[in-house]
Amino acid sequence: MKLSEIKDLLQAEILCGKNLSVDIKFACGSDLMSDVLASCKEKAALLTGLTNAQVIRTAEMIDISAIIFVRGKRPSKEVVEMALEKGIPVLLTKLPMYEAAGILYTNGLKGTSEVDDD
Amino acid sequence: MNKNFLLKMSFDIEGNNFNAAGAASSEIKRKLKQIGLNSDVVRRAAVSAYEAEMNIVIHAYKGVLTVTVSPGEINILAEDEGPGIADIELAMKEGYSTASDDVREMGFGAGMGLPNMKKCSDKFEIKTELGVGTKVSMTIYY
Repeated sequence: MKLSEIKDLLQAEILCGKNLSVDIKFACGSDLMSDVLASCKEKAALLTGLTNAQVIRTAEMIDISAIIFVRGKRPSKEVVEMALEKGIPVLLTKLPMYEAAGILYTNGLKGTSEVDDD
Repeated sequence: MNKNFLLKMSFDIEGNNFNAAGAASSEIKRKLKQIGLNSDVVRRAAVSAYEAEMNIVIHAYKGVLTVTVSPGEINILAEDEGPGIADIELAMKEGYSTASDDVREMGFGAGMGLPNMKKCSDKFEIKTELGVGTKVSMTIYY
């Protein structure tokens, strides 16, 4: 699924990142960064309600393709700048985590446990 | 450890400094990528280093994170001056954490740090002394 499609489905605002043609293979959602580090795979989109710098660091460590902040929680300018610097696109949706995840899932975006390692 | 290392880098980590937390691991990841290691190896090393760095920031007063790349292996050594771990077996259990609520609000302290480090590395050793500190050594073969 293209990031542009995710943006439309979640009626999201783009906080940074120009290239919305990035292909997102799957997604994971958590507010616990250690869980994300343990279970999320590269090229995934991360849905989270946590908005601090550690989200960007976590995404950087495991090569996450895009970050989607849920529940309308807007990260600080510094956090967005850090993502921009690392080249990670960031979106913001007003939807809560459960609904955002549900919409993406029913539209065909798989979870990380459903995709085989290659 | 192999003395013919290809790359060695050390970073001082300050306890409780959450602004800088992750900066060392970010630099480690960048360097490992630069020397052309494959992305899975780089990711496992980056996650190990990052979890170790966060542990120092969360639990210790200060520490040093050292990464040594030798032919065929990467070693990540995290040594801290801190309270030590009272029960290692418990600390290795997924979900067990002694981190404060403040730390949890930052998305850490889920009790996954040490288990994650073990999972990401091929060889994992931990030594701790109460009131002195903790030393974690992780080796990843490539």
